[in-house]
Amino acid sequence: MKPAIALEGISKSFPGVRALSDVSLALYPGSVTALIGENGAGKSTLVKILTGIYQPDAGVIRVGDTEATFPTALAAARAGVTAIHQETVLFDELSVAENIFLGHAPRNRFGLIDWKKLNADAAALLQRAGANLDPTIRLRDLGIARKHLVAIARALSVDAGVVIMDEPTAALSHKEIHELYALIERLKAEGKAILFISHKFDEIFRIADRYTVFRDGTMVGEGLIADVGQDDLVRMMVGRAVGTVYPKKLVEIGEPVLTVSGYRHPTEFEDINFELRRGEILGFYGLVGAGRSEFMQSLIGITRPSAGAVKLDGKVLVIRNPAEAIRAGIVYVPEERGRQGAIIGMPIFQNITLPSLSHTSRSGFLRLANEFALAREYTSRLDLRAASLDQDVGTLSGGNQQKVVIAKWLATKPKVIILDEPTKGIDIGSKAAVHAFMSELAAQGLSVIMVSSEIPEIIGMSDRVIVMREGRIAARFERSELTAEKLVRAAAGIEAPPEGRAA
Amino acid sequence: MADAQLSPRNIPDRLQGRGARLLKSWEALLVIVAMAIFLGNSLASPYFLDPWNLSDATFNFTEKAMIAFAMALVIISGEIDLSVASIIALASTAMGYAVQLGFDTPALVAVGLGVGLLCGAVNGLLITGLGLPSIVVTIGTMSLFRGLAFIVLGDQAFTGYPSSFSWFGQGYVWWVFSFEFTLFLLLAVIYGVLLHKTNFGRAVYAIGNNQTAALFSGVRVGRVKFILFLMTGLMAGLASVCLTSRLGSTRPSIALGWELEVVTMVVLGGVSILGGSGTIPGVVLAALIMGMVTFGFGLLNVPGIVMSIFIGLLLISVIALPILWQHARRHFAH
Repeated sequence: MKPAIALEGISKSFPGVRALSDVSLALYPGSVTALIGENGAGKSTLVKILTGIYQPDAGVIRVGDTEATFPTALAAARAGVTAIHQETVLFDELSVAENIFLGHAPRNRFGLIDWKKLNADAAALLQRAGANLDPTIRLRDLGIARKHLVAIARALSVDAGVVIMDEPTAALSHKEIHELYALIERLKAEGKAILFISHKFDEIFRIADRYTVFRDGTMVGEGLIADVGQDDLVRMMVGRAVGTVYPKKLVEIGEPVLTVSGYRHPTEFEDINFELRRGEILGFYGLVGAGRSEFMQSLIGITRPSAGAVKLDGKVLVIRNPAEAIRAGIVYVPEERGRQGAIIGMPIFQNITLPSLSHTSRSGFLRLANEFALAREYTSRLDLRAASLDQDVGTLSGGNQQKVVIAKWLATKPKVIILDEPTKGIDIGSKAAVHAFMSELAAQGLSVIMVSSEIPEIIGMSDRVIVMREGRIAARFERSELTAEKLVRAAAGIEAPPEGRAA
Repeated sequence: MADAQLSPRNIPDRLQGRGARLLKSWEALLVIVAMAIFLGNSLASPYFLDPWNLSDATFNFTEKAMIAFAMALVIISGEIDLSVASIIALASTAMGYAVQLGFDTPALVAVGLGVGLLCGAVNGLLITGLGLPSIVVTIGTMSLFRGLAFIVLGDQAFTGYPSSFSWFGQGYVWWVFSFEFTLFLLLAVIYGVLLHKTNFGRAVYAIGNNQTAALFSGVRVGRVKFILFLMTGLMAGLASVCLTSRLGSTRPSIALGWELEVVTMVVLGGVSILGGSGTIPGVVLAALIMGMVTFGFGLLNVPGIVMSIFIGLLLISVIALPILWQHARRHFAH
């Protein structure tokens, strides 16, 4: 079978970083190809080359039999390549139909937009995308999952032969994911070539026909999904076997370090009491919106609790802002990396030293040599991949940005570190590195609070778990009594089945 | 076989040396523009190269530049202060009023600086305390402060400043170096060190690039911003002392429209109007360029309105040039 589009020998470099070197990829009509690789392996760069945003330094793009170049995004669209991105690019203030047909709306004979046809066509496309939506409502009134379906309808509105889906299920619910699968099956039946990028293996095995694996900017394997197993793919991705066992070390749990009592907030949480001990990893599990992040942020002084007391090493603390929390030795690695964690636009080393400036500087004056030394120490401990330390942190991949953010907080040498969803949206290799590092920190006597919504991570890493529900502590479990079922029940407020019922 | 650049160990501190970074900088472009204008002026008028003429010429930018240094920090932090010219008017009016009460020169200076600080504190409190957007607050206080000056003065003018007061705007420290120009140089160094060599300056950049992340990283965002607005107020007060001293009188229309010239100077100096980047050397160069253009045109008897047209064109072209240059390079590369 002849590929619908083929990339051959593509290379692309950015200042100091080789993003892709001599990679090839072929997409076949009526077939789903999964593109697999860690963050920073070069997947996004490849997508940007396919959609005309980047130009390759070397290599050939073939559409059908002819060689093509995509100097602009429009040229790629004309060649029949369309992409649905991780973060959809849509317009909140426009209607659903306007979003779908933006740039190529049907016109009437006066050259004005034919609204009737626009809305009718949009309704038909939405139907195909599996969304029963009124095309005239404003996009802002839709939830994130439905916005995603609008983006898919938009991709269908151009008659594309090649559809790229970059983590399309990241924001979708279970039911919507199944609708998406059905849609992909229909697109396959129509003979479209689909490139499917995902970190989730169950999806890849469910929907893909072929796979291509990238590692560090090179292609390390390709073939039919039917011929490989999950372990083979993981090995190709990371270049080594990754144990599914969590690297939790057995640590002698010490004396209480942090004691929280009677913490409450008028709207977000209430009656929070717990103790955190030296060397302990305390998991905080709960559904989204259970008040975990809000509570953690009040602990470091972002929001003020209405009542409650904190003791650190037996001394009562008053924390009014993050600066005081850092000084006391409590740090918080926030959930939203791009908004709360990394300062995009500033160099890596300045990101890392920002909370530690009082240590690297002398009487308020910067000491760059000290800053670089600190940044070097922590970037090498976290195995950061970067061209130089004065590179803008925004040029790094997601996983590497997360390493910079964690390095930033560790460089303050805290007593207590709170990690809020530390492995959300990062690849398996980086995830394993973060877990190993967390375990290492606890072994060195640091106390760790880990907020996570991933049950395997909570069970694998925690010494103890606190489950929160609607702003209150719903349950506490020791490591020995943890099961996935107990966690889910506690988080959702489902009564445990009565025990000892007669068989 | 591992690519050296992807190696996790030994990440170099910097890829480019200091020289290469300087050559590619906005400041390098400004130096070229400044030299071109300097050359053009010396060819166009035989009077330009006279040291005393040049010294006189500095008066048309030193007062604005004092404010521009503080404004640069405000804009880098992602805010703006449009009330500075009105602060000059209110401070000048207060000094004129104080003259009527028989204040001596040191007391007058204290009144000028004090009113500046007070106005800055009002802006700072409204912006950081109530969380209002700075552009709205300072457009409001722009009308408020100048309105107060109008109420006090009407269509009158305060004169009768003591003769020792005239030194700030008309005195010389050494040879052709006026008090104002010396103050400009001194403030350039102080602000340059503050922005580029201190923790405070780093915090200003951090806030301008990502205010939320800066807050999470322990930067006292509110306090830093409050200090920045205090500083612009103080600088406007200082400029008011110099300007009032130089003119020898106060009218309510004093320094009308200066806020835009100050912002122009800052943006021409390479400070991003969106915040997050820019340097003090850039602002110094922009001040010199605007001063030389005004002076050169003055020597050639070009009317004031033509000068503002030229400054406007200069601003647009200096910003457009690097973008056009990139387009051209990309175009010819294919």
